Amino acid sequence: MSFDIALTINGLHRVVAIDDPRITLLDLLRERLDLTGTKKGCDRGQCGACTVLVDDRRVNSCLALAVSLDGAVVTTIEGVAHGDTLHPVQAAFIENDGLQCGFCTPGQIMSAIGLIREGLAGDDPERIREGMSGNLCRCGAYAGITEAILEAQARMQLEHKGEAA
Amino acid sequence: MRPFAYDRPTTIADAVASGAQPETAFLGGGTNLLDLMKGNISRPARLVDVTRLPGLSTIEWLQDGGVRIGALVRNSDLAHDPRFANRFPSVAEALLSGASAQLRNAATAAGNVLQRTRCQYFYDAASVCNKRDPGTGCGAIGGLTRLHAVLGWSEHCIATHPSDFCVPLVALDAVVEIEGRAGRRDVPLEALHRLPGNTPERETVLEPGDVITAIRLPAEAAAYAGNARYLKVRERTSYAFAVVSAGAALRLDQGTIVSARLALGGVALKPWRARAAEDLLAGALPGATVFRDAAALALAEARPCGDNGFKIELARRIIVRALTLAAAGTPDRVPALPASPFALAPTQEVSAHV
Amino acid sequence: MSDITMPNVAAIERSRHGSSIGQPVTRREGHLKVTGQAGYAADYNPPGLLHAVMAVSGISRGRVTHLDVAAAEAHPGVVKVMTPANAPKLAKSPDDKDHGFMFRMNVLQNDSVRFANQPIAVVIAETLEAATEGVALLRPRYAEEPARIGLDGSAAFALQAVGAGAPAKGGIGDIEAGLAEAATRFEATYETPAQYHNPLEPHATVAEWDGDKLVLHTPSQGLTMAQGRIAGLFGIDPANILIKSPFLGGGFGAKGLFSGPQVLGIMAARFVGRPVKLVLRREQMFGPVGHRGETRQTLRLGADSTGGLTALEHNTLTTTSFYDDFFEPAGTTSRHLYASPAIATSHEGVRADIGTPIFMRAPGEAPGSAALECAIDELAVKAGMDPLDFRLRNYAEIEPITGKPFSSKALRQCYAQGAARFGWASRPRAPRQMRDDDGLLVGWGVGTATFPAMIFPSEARAVLRVDGSARVEIGAQDMGQGAWTSLAQIAADGLGVDYDKLDLEIGSSALPTGGIAGGSAGTATAGSAIHHAAADVIKKLAALATSDERSPLFGAGNSGVVPRDGRLVRQDDESRGESYASILARAGLAEIDGKGSAGPNPSMQESYAMHSHGAVFAEVKVDPDFGQIRVTRLVGAFAAGRIINPRMVRSQYYGGMIWGVGFALHEHAAADPRSGRLMNANLAEYHVPVNADVPLIEAILVEEHDPHVNVLGLKGVGEIGITGTVGAIANAVWHATGVRARAFPITLDTLLERPGDI
Ligand SMILES: Cc1cc2nc3c(=O)[nH]c(=O)nc-3n(C[C@H](O)[C@H](O)[C@H](O)COP(=O)(O)OP(=O)(O)OC[C@H]3O[C@@H](n4cnc5c(N)ncnc54)[C@H](O)[C@@H]3O)c2cc1C
Ligand code: SF4
Ligand code: FES
Ligand code: FES
Repeated sequence: MSFDIALTINGLHRVVAIDDPRITLLDLLRERLDLTGTKKGCDRGQCGACTVLVDDRRVNSCLALAVSLDGAVVTTIEGVAHGDTLHPVQAAFIENDGLQCGFCTPGQIMSAIGLIREGLAGDDPERIREGMSGNLCRCGAYAGITEAILEAQARMQLEHKGEAA
Repeated sequence: MRPFAYDRPTTIADAVASGAQPETAFLGGGTNLLDLMKGNISRPARLVDVTRLPGLSTIEWLQDGGVRIGALVRNSDLAHDPRFANRFPSVAEALLSGASAQLRNAATAAGNVLQRTRCQYFYDAASVCNKRDPGTGCGAIGGLTRLHAVLGWSEHCIATHPSDFCVPLVALDAVVEIEGRAGRRDVPLEALHRLPGNTPERETVLEPGDVITAIRLPAEAAAYAGNARYLKVRERTSYAFAVVSAGAALRLDQGTIVSARLALGGVALKPWRARAAEDLLAGALPGATVFRDAAALALAEARPCGDNGFKIELARRIIVRALTLAAAGTPDRVPALPASPFALAPTQEVSAHV
Repeated sequence: MSDITMPNVAAIERSRHGSSIGQPVTRREGHLKVTGQAGYAADYNPPGLLHAVMAVSGISRGRVTHLDVAAAEAHPGVVKVMTPANAPKLAKSPDDKDHGFMFRMNVLQNDSVRFANQPIAVVIAETLEAATEGVALLRPRYAEEPARIGLDGSAAFALQAVGAGAPAKGGIGDIEAGLAEAATRFEATYETPAQYHNPLEPHATVAEWDGDKLVLHTPSQGLTMAQGRIAGLFGIDPANILIKSPFLGGGFGAKGLFSGPQVLGIMAARFVGRPVKLVLRREQMFGPVGHRGETRQTLRLGADSTGGLTALEHNTLTTTSFYDDFFEPAGTTSRHLYASPAIATSHEGVRADIGTPIFMRAPGEAPGSAALECAIDELAVKAGMDPLDFRLRNYAEIEPITGKPFSSKALRQCYAQGAARFGWASRPRAPRQMRDDDGLLVGWGVGTATFPAMIFPSEARAVLRVDGSARVEIGAQDMGQGAWTSLAQIAADGLGVDYDKLDLEIGSSALPTGGIAGGSAGTATAGSAIHHAAADVIKKLAALATSDERSPLFGAGNSGVVPRDGRLVRQDDESRGESYASILARAGLAEIDGKGSAGPNPSMQESYAMHSHGAVFAEVKVDPDFGQIRVTRLVGAFAAGRIINPRMVRSQYYGGMIWGVGFALHEHAAADPRSGRLMNANLAEYHVPVNADVPLIEAILVEEHDPHVNVLGLKGVGEIGITGTVGAIANAVWHATGVRARAFPITLDTLLERPGDI
């Protein structure tokens, strides 16, 4: 049984033949589409390393079946920078050292982008910490992650205002 | 993972028919089912993806003031729906205390209610388990039982139901709408999950093919909005299942409790409604003594099933606190750490006052 | 050669000149990591790749009697199942060890089972999905023997050596006499559980054989050791093995010794004659790749009427496997930390049907200082002293047992700066005195941090090019500590070139041996070799210049010139100099290279005790009724010699301190006492701290100059953070609640035994 599904991945429309319905979105990205930026830390929804945006919402790609996502818009870590210009969250992660080994980092950044988009945490660090608690960082880069999000969010708001003006 | 046939029906009738076939499972957000399939705990031959069924993704406000939560409404969407959070704050708080933001974005209302136990022995394919493989024995009894049930368990199964969402729902008389081969029916949430008894493998009253289409909260439930809390004790600050939790809601009239709603999580194989305690509270003035009496009553039948006796005392204390917090009034906004005892954000300064 | 050269992609916003060391430059590889381009082992997908998944044992002890290989091989996509019946025989027994830094391993050479989660077969398939299901279809049957589990599961026995070879016993003076004369005595037993490293990146191998040549992508904290281990097992020349490990998704010790599953990945590739990727499933990280052994530590202490220690006894019982030897050196901390006329430390071992424990972030010091810092605190309270004053009263001016001076020790400043920042002075002495506005109990605790300063043998190569750029090569590893950055900073300064004109190459076994990224010695180890390699280049360059009449440096003598910003200048007059480019050009050279090596310096080790130190202050809040604990504030002040990059060092301290939070409150592997199976072998239940567990954390980098420790004057920073933190938190929990928890992690039920407010 093979299913052709339509996916928009990082802005690119593509039809992907799913020859095995067991394939998760994570394994599709990593093993078949050569998008290995998204990481597998547990494969069971327990670490957040596989976080991507599906239809603009952050989800664990390890617990999403690819076949069920027909028509979805997927954004991965490979799709957030504009050419050489980093997304504000990416830049802020570097600046605030919100990473060490870097393995959780793609998931953290996608989760952070999702969190900022949700717009519910505001500039309350406690809400950010809670909202980011689905992303384990075994290296313990949490302080930098929280700082990075606060900083990036503020910058994005400024830019947004700038655009609106 | 066992290979499976994948079916994505577009009508509820088709879903029911497809789901009624042997070795079939419905796929909602997949965050529980896929996890179990990866662990070889569930090995369905067929998945029926219900996520494209029409009309099940909306929060519908009923004429009488009640609400109908479509089975496919995602946990996060429900919790963040302003009107819903306003009317049913303890449900929103419970939802937001569960899992992670990512999981809540995927998890559906029905899937959450039907998520299966996190009993470590159920989850470990190398252990025996009456629920997973009927008749093999209970692997947990005599093993690590710290987080197992203190109410309603049997010598065949001592597991608990892990859902946070269900706890305030059951307290508030939620009703589950089911579409099955015999048509539509309503089942009170309290009657959906079964206690283990001799048949721990029969987890709910659902029949093959039964699709949950919605969860309803009655208008009366909204009357508790001003005094409704969910409280969850866990072993790390976030992203952890409850050790024990409680949903408490009060209707107060001029300082007197007109009626109370109380349920516990993490103590039994179903969300545990504490009706006797509710009855005791009705008509009382809120206060430590009556709350303690209510807690004692709620746990009167409790007994440890191993090294988990502490959960009984913990549950009593949580009830008292949850009632106290409910009596104090629902906060305007769900706290930064939902349902956590650590509601206030830490600051650099701590005043050392005695 | 490794094709991963770190170009200057990182937007080094502050392009700088002059000294790189000490600058808080951002991570050199940061851009690659935040864009998903950093290639970890499992990200490599060569053409023709097959996927391998291990089947692991469901029992702790016995034999595998049956595997349904036919069912697995019948599954569409499965190529082959590798079992003890058909697995390639290794050139040497995986139980033969040439030295202590080797795991005995279980790699399908027989059907025995020595621990739960031991590999018992490998299924190789065209897809990951097929391989995974193939494993499920094997349905192993066993001849099971009763498992021996825990600290009481078998008889304890005496040990000669612990950890990396430290003597099991060590002390000075007469403990009984010291206790007899004490005005205050204290004795207690502390338990620490088995903990699992769980780097977020599970071990992965992508193995490609070409005849007798092997190319391997796998995370490794010690490339040369790994190469040697593989060469021995497969009977091939180490030169035929290329290991690439440019990025590790964390290691913490789990990727130090080459492990069985990594060997199985290589075997699988040979078995099927195709490239094979094998990635551990998370639950498989609980067993075959090491863990921190359980300990039971009994301490007896005495203090005189002024609070001076008269005796410190620290006895440890610790578990290891039945087939290998590694013993958590928990007692060694007590040999270094406090002054006492009588110190006795000893270790006993006990065997269990578990995978072999191994070094895990702050091996020995983490559990050892957890117990010691709690016991010291308890004694201080008994003696009626402030716990910080008590520690100062027992400050070790020299290393107590050896009598050696410290190469440097700014611990006093750590205590002072940490205490000031934290606000320790206003702490009430008695427990259960502080509440916050919510009625939560608040407690403050302190712990002393310590970790030895080590260095391992290593070599580096440096090249200066005529265009003014440079390149440094060393087979060092970056597992998140910042080696890509800090080694480049050291190299830039050594060569006198701009940081951004320097190419650094690390993470490949084809490079000069970079030693081990472990023991908090990675920067000292690789950095020192780089420093010497750079000096070698400069020396050669100076020789060219000073012997050439046409150079303004002619006659200055080799030692009379120093490197500055791409030039050699006269030491006595820095305005006189010549650029590298012109020296090389005149000599007709495109480039000039040098080599350097580093390693332990026995004479310094003879003369000095070398340790990093620190003080950690913790605030916890505890719900008075539920016993749920949250660490609401952590302040650590650490002195570790020279700081190469404060940004990266601070992150290392944070990481260690957060591990301290996990140690104190969360981490423990829960074994079923009957089967020995770990029932929480996953990241949902083996809790490590989440973001919300770490609200406020601060690290103070206390200035310290160490002229002795090594050529760079730097001590380790990677592990020390965990050491003081555990005790500080436990002591804060006591201060909040009045309950002394002596088993880690401290769980809420321990605190529930006290009546709550309710
Ligand atoms: C790491 C982790 C941590 C978690 N922590 C928490 C926590 O703290 N608190 C908590 O409450 N939960 C927690 N969860 C569980 C999570 O809430 C559930 O996985 C989720 O709610 C399930 O919803 P779903 O839509 O993904 O369900 P699915 O996985 O799709 O389905 C679950 C079950 O419901 C059935 N089903 C789904 N929809 C229907 C329908 N319409 N009709 C009939 N049957 C249906 C499925 O067949 C399946 O048996 C956690 C999960 C993970 C992985
Ligand atoms: S408690 Fe229930 S779910 Fe757990 S092992 Fe026993 S029977 Fe299975
Ligand atoms: S890999 Fe998906 S949550 Fe860990
Ligand atoms: S940076 Fe290593 S796990 Fe987060």
